Amino acid sequence: MSRASLTAAVRPSSSAWLAAGASLIALGVALPVLTVAASVFSGEVEVWNHLRRTVLADYVTNSFILMLGVGLGVLLLGVPAAWFTGVCEFPGRAVFEWALLLPLAFPAYIIAYTYTGVLDYAGPVQGMIRRLTGLGVGEYWFFPVRSMAGAILMLALVLYPYVYLMARAAFLEQSTSVLEVSRTFGYGVRAAFFRLAIPLARPAIVTGLSLALMETLADYGVVQYFGLGTFTTGIFKAFHGFGDAAAAAQLSAALLAFVALLLFMERQSRRRARYHATGPRAAHRRRVRLRGARAAWAWIGCLVPVLFGFIVPALVLAKWTLFDADLSGSSFPILVWHSFSLAFATAVVAVVLALLLGYARRVSDAPAVRLSVGVSGLGYAVPGAVIAVGVIIPLAWLDHRIIDLARALLDLDLGLTFSGTLFALLFAYTARFLAVSLGAVQSGLDKIGPSLDDAARSLGHRALTVVGRVHVPLMRASVLTAVLIVFVDVLKELPATLILRPFNFNTLAVRAYELASDERLIDAAPASLMIVLVGLAPVILLSRSMAGDRPACD
Amino acid sequence: MKRMRTALALLISCALPGGAATPSALADDAVVNVYSARKEALILPALERFREATGIDFNLVTGKADGLLKRLELEGGASPADLFITVDAGRLERAKRAGVLRAVKSEVLEAAIPENLRDADGHWFGLSQRARVAFRVRDRVDAGEVSRYEDLADPRWKGRICVRSSDNIYNQSLVASMIATLGVAETESWARGLTANFARPPVGGDTDQLRAAAAGVCDLAIANTYYFGRLLASRRDEDRETAARLAVVWPNQGEGERGVHVNVSGAGVTAHAEHADDAVRLLEFLTARDSQAWYAEVNNEYPVVADVPVSGALESLGGFRADALDLTELGENNRRAVELMDRAGWR
Repeated sequence: MSRASLTAAVRPSSSAWLAAGASLIALGVALPVLTVAASVFSGEVEVWNHLRRTVLADYVTNSFILMLGVGLGVLLLGVPAAWFTGVCEFPGRAVFEWALLLPLAFPAYIIAYTYTGVLDYAGPVQGMIRRLTGLGVGEYWFFPVRSMAGAILMLALVLYPYVYLMARAAFLEQSTSVLEVSRTFGYGVRAAFFRLAIPLARPAIVTGLSLALMETLADYGVVQYFGLGTFTTGIFKAFHGFGDAAAAAQLSAALLAFVALLLFMERQSRRRARYHATGPRAAHRRRVRLRGARAAWAWIGCLVPVLFGFIVPALVLAKWTLFDADLSGSSFPILVWHSFSLAFATAVVAVVLALLLGYARRVSDAPAVRLSVGVSGLGYAVPGAVIAVGVIIPLAWLDHRIIDLARALLDLDLGLTFSGTLFALLFAYTARFLAVSLGAVQSGLDKIGPSLDDAARSLGHRALTVVGRVHVPLMRASVLTAVLIVFVDVLKELPATLILRPFNFNTLAVRAYELASDERLIDAAPASLMIVLVGLAPVILLSRSMAGDRPACD
Repeated sequence: MKRMRTALALLISCALPGGAATPSALADDAVVNVYSARKEALILPALERFREATGIDFNLVTGKADGLLKRLELEGGASPADLFITVDAGRLERAKRAGVLRAVKSEVLEAAIPENLRDADGHWFGLSQRARVAFRVRDRVDAGEVSRYEDLADPRWKGRICVRSSDNIYNQSLVASMIATLGVAETESWARGLTANFARPPVGGDTDQLRAAAAGVCDLAIANTYYFGRLLASRRDEDRETAARLAVVWPNQGEGERGVHVNVSGAGVTAHAEHADDAVRLLEFLTARDSQAWYAEVNNEYPVVADVPVSGALESLGGFRADALDLTELGENNRRAVELMDRAGWR
């Protein structure tokens, strides 16, 4: 059934209300991004000119190389692992299935700190090499962790789960017939993978890839620590070095335009192909049993990402926490509670909004809806510190209007209403992470045939009831994925939290950052480890739901 | 009518999300609201001592200096903040220029803090000092081989110097201080020479430079004194071994030389502070002898108040003569410094 007839199936009046409401909400969420973009028309050109003359070319080149490298890295780490755990059977598969998600719990800057502590000149590994061989620094070759290659590795190690998650779901949903058809044609498993499964899973893989790349573009922690100048460095140079928030916002706007272009190209390329699951879903999934050398390859393909993305850094952090760190002054229960409650609240808000917007987008093709929903997802690529400024500006404006109003009408001196409250934080998180939940929800919705909507509607259900009673249960896994990724992302978020949070309110990420940025990496280990542990619970939950979502395997 | 308005007002201030937390609700209590770019671990204990000594409560939010400054600016007249604490005179000066600080007149502060370590109009006051100096690897560089900042640009140090990125405010302020005495052109050629001497592209923080030097990556490292003090006083053997391989170089100490580049952590009362008097009391408390000893000791910094003893680790480094440059100049030259380093290729 085509989109046009689906649109027609919803009564015009309710569809218009939905479209208008969704556009309003989307614009509200996009307010910080729009604030940032609006600054293109203000500010001075001097900073631009200086950057352009001196460092901008380097920054752009570096960002490009970083994106290319991380993109390749997450595909290499994520896609084969998804194929092996999704379609094949080999010893340890059941464990790898969830263990492959664990690196998601690691903030990129923390894994970078950790590997630097271990692998840098002054670290234990090189120290041992020097002691054993008697060589000095520079007389032997060792992988320079603080380099472009190092940054690519660090980011790829913690971002590949996005690709893994999406690709795996796609492989699972490709009915077994894909494999069987390919066999009829005489293809082997490998050919089925390259010629059928990958092309079919492309939209899902690209969704995961674009999340990973947006996060890469917004990263400041890793590139700053590794001394790499990227586009984000330019944004911060304008902001901190020149104290020119307008120029910083302009640079962000340029970045935004680039991301919007990428996303647009991706959508265009996907537009041609739109699939809904046809027929009964993989009623009999037969896994391809791997033996011998092939099983070993699968094992390596799954072990490498888990080992270096989680096990090694977690062990290092655990060692530092237990034996080396200064634990004084920590009030972990409160920090955990703050981090957890913020992450959970944002996750719920972001997913509810994503459901609303996703559904509006499903039933309405109005340009206003398309545009506003599109813009509301751009925040993911904007560095958190810039989003934070985009949040302060409109909230402070609103606060001052409220203050004026209260003074005029009630003769009352009000303080700030929204600025410096948890509301501001939630707002910033939602603006930044809506893309994640929207992506997951939309790909879930796409798989539900429109005929179901028609059936439900013809039974007299209202539009939102359809979402609640039909769509959500059908795409439980997608919704859960959205909740949990947002949860973990907020848990790891730092720059916006740092700028916007209320008095006397710290989170685990803030604690870890304060110690790490004070060059007390080892003392930062306990808080870092706690972030990973708190993030771990939902990741495991997610993996269990993934397992439960799969009908009859073997 | 009046009563209804009051009731309505009360209702609104309770219903709004910020209602409970706004200082208007706390206005009657003695409290100081602090925005601090100095890390929690380095300021919270001091605030707790202040509360104990005076009964004045505090609210604290920490963050990066530029983020907090932006927040302060945009919150404007309604900002709850009374005191802005940050590190580096360049930033304090930036805050002053942004109009978020007010002039404070306090005889106590003026008597305690030397003139060049505070703003002439009382917009900000230095609370602790740190010096940015060179450290030499003992067995590869002899004492006296380098004695001025200017020497670091000498080609004989090619491939032998470690320093962090020019994004860092400490480097920006060091260069700003050189601009103040040498001018832009000379400082730029110095920066070019220094950049040509880098042992590696700048990575990591000051401690990383010290560790790299001790590990043999380079022979000289530029760092703030407190990072070295921390290594000296560390509980970890590796840290103390690192420190033992290095020795401090106090630059520009000769006759007629300007002295060592110093900077401060400091604070200023905000333009719209509701509890300005209590904020001033907090400032005065922080410059009392006991507080100075603690405030400096906790981070191995130098007190701003004369004759207050320094930490044991710092004492072992010996004394030095500091550059008497008015620190407001660091703020004035900051932008020139950043641009200059970009041009010189200092990443």
